[in-house]
Amino acid sequence: MMEHKSEHRNLQEGKVYPIEIRNLSVTYRTEPALWNIDLNFPEGNLIAIVGPNGAGKSTLIKAVMGLVPITAGKVNVYGKSYSKQRSKVAYVPQRGSVDWDFPTDALDVVEMGLYGKLGWLRRPNSQTRKKARECLEKVGLGDYADRQIGQLSGGQQQRVFVARALAQDPQIYLMDEPLNGVDAITEETILSILENLRKEGKTIVMVHHDLQTVDKYFDWVVMLNRSLVATGPIKEVFTKENLDKAYQEKQRVSIR
Amino acid sequence: MVLEEIVTIFFGIFTDYTLRYVALGSAILGITSGALGCFTVLRKQSLFGDALSHAALPGIGIAYLFAGTKDSLFLMLGAAVFAWFGGIVTLGITSTTRIKQDAALGITLSVFFGLGIVLLTYLQSTGGASQGGLDRFLFGQAAALIETDVLNLGILAAGCFVVLIVFFKEFKIATFDSAFGQSLGFPTRYLSALLTSVIVVAVVIGLHTVGVVLMVSMLITPAAAARQWISSLKNMLILSAIFGGISGVVGSMISSTTEGMSTGPIIVITITTILGISLMFSPKQGYLFQYIRKKRQYQNNSKTISSISKETNPRS
Repeated sequence: MMEHKSEHRNLQEGKVYPIEIRNLSVTYRTEPALWNIDLNFPEGNLIAIVGPNGAGKSTLIKAVMGLVPITAGKVNVYGKSYSKQRSKVAYVPQRGSVDWDFPTDALDVVEMGLYGKLGWLRRPNSQTRKKARECLEKVGLGDYADRQIGQLSGGQQQRVFVARALAQDPQIYLMDEPLNGVDAITEETILSILENLRKEGKTIVMVHHDLQTVDKYFDWVVMLNRSLVATGPIKEVFTKENLDKAYQEKQRVSIR
Repeated sequence: MVLEEIVTIFFGIFTDYTLRYVALGSAILGITSGALGCFTVLRKQSLFGDALSHAALPGIGIAYLFAGTKDSLFLMLGAAVFAWFGGIVTLGITSTTRIKQDAALGITLSVFFGLGIVLLTYLQSTGGASQGGLDRFLFGQAAALIETDVLNLGILAAGCFVVLIVFFKEFKIATFDSAFGQSLGFPTRYLSALLTSVIVVAVVIGLHTVGVVLMVSMLITPAAAARQWISSLKNMLILSAIFGGISGVVGSMISSTTEGMSTGPIIVITITTILGISLMFSPKQGYLFQYIRKKRQYQNNSKTISSISKETNPRS
């Protein structure tokens, strides 16, 4: 326990954090979605972002990648702006954010993870195909490469998204509710993959909705309700008191 | 007898000078709008395409007012500028007000179209007979296509396809998962704007053949038909282009058989027939095979149920 703590202190003093967020505010039209967030994500951890609906969980990870306009503040990825560090980050959007009736197969979606490395003009080739196939096998969907994405189950679709992120071979994974509404096999597969990634020193940040499993799956938690409620190792900050603070409705009303 | 007639019409493409250019122009439109229409459909912007084409109409009138010629290049330029403008107005309404996209599309579509009609009728009443040709852009008049028109259309279409082929991968990711594409560093917003611009060019090509009112069906229908058969984006684009091209040629051939039969509407009816056939008979999603599959499954299920109930309850 003490060792755990001192390790993080060392990080704070010397090393550069995978993600540093300084006084970040994001506003949608006139409504604040995130208010003055100040936060570091420690390397090699499985990090959960929790909070009630509309707390700005998805907005936080989108703001890291510059997918939403930042009103104030700054985000650094390994000490530099995100646009210089794209290759170190993989994004797993919410499954519901895309149209699964799109005419394509599982392998093709995974291959999209490599478009960033290909850059403009260069086309996917046999190498990207091979890499994509490997990643599909890692998530247990090797036999589904040619399957239309619309014919996959919800859990399989989610695993395709995870495979796409694996194909990017990043240092940081930003995942938006990858365990939401998936079957048991998918949850197990994804968690064992993430466990391995953490052992390799990767940082995984996940928006998570199921409070029951937070202390079981994660090392570190960020509790959010438009402003930062608490952040730190699970054992220290994932307390009833902080949960009450994060999930009380009053705070949201007062911000309005 | 009938076969003989069909053969004669078909060879008309090679022998009849007018029909050749009509068919060629219609085919160019069908191929271009067929391929690009796939993106319109997949991005769920079908009505956006409709608004774009209607918005092009006042552009034709204004281009004529300023340039004073019926030179097709000038008119197409005016049409393109206004189609673009109509698109921007629609996006502007949805992003700055509480008006939703369907209402915004309705507003631009009808206002621009109304403005276009006012301009064209004004020009017709003041300028005498020489301006009479402008109203052909309402429903198109492929029969009036001449060699230079076809050449212009061909160049525009080739431009569209160059952009489409060069940015195919980028267009695909911007359409399927725009936020993810953006996270990879592709400026998906600019890519969407580029894609819209290319669709505007397709709309402009269509002004001559099917006109502003029917243009939208040249974008949507081939793509919808192709989707019934095809399960990859690339092949969907190719098949949709083929469907569009075929309907262009067949439509202009049919209309050439009868005096005064408009080419544009016939092309639209042809492509809609292709859609109807696709909806009925495509192996995976067609009504017919779905019906057969369901019936078969129902029979299997009832067989299984009856055999189970016999096993568990042998006395009955």
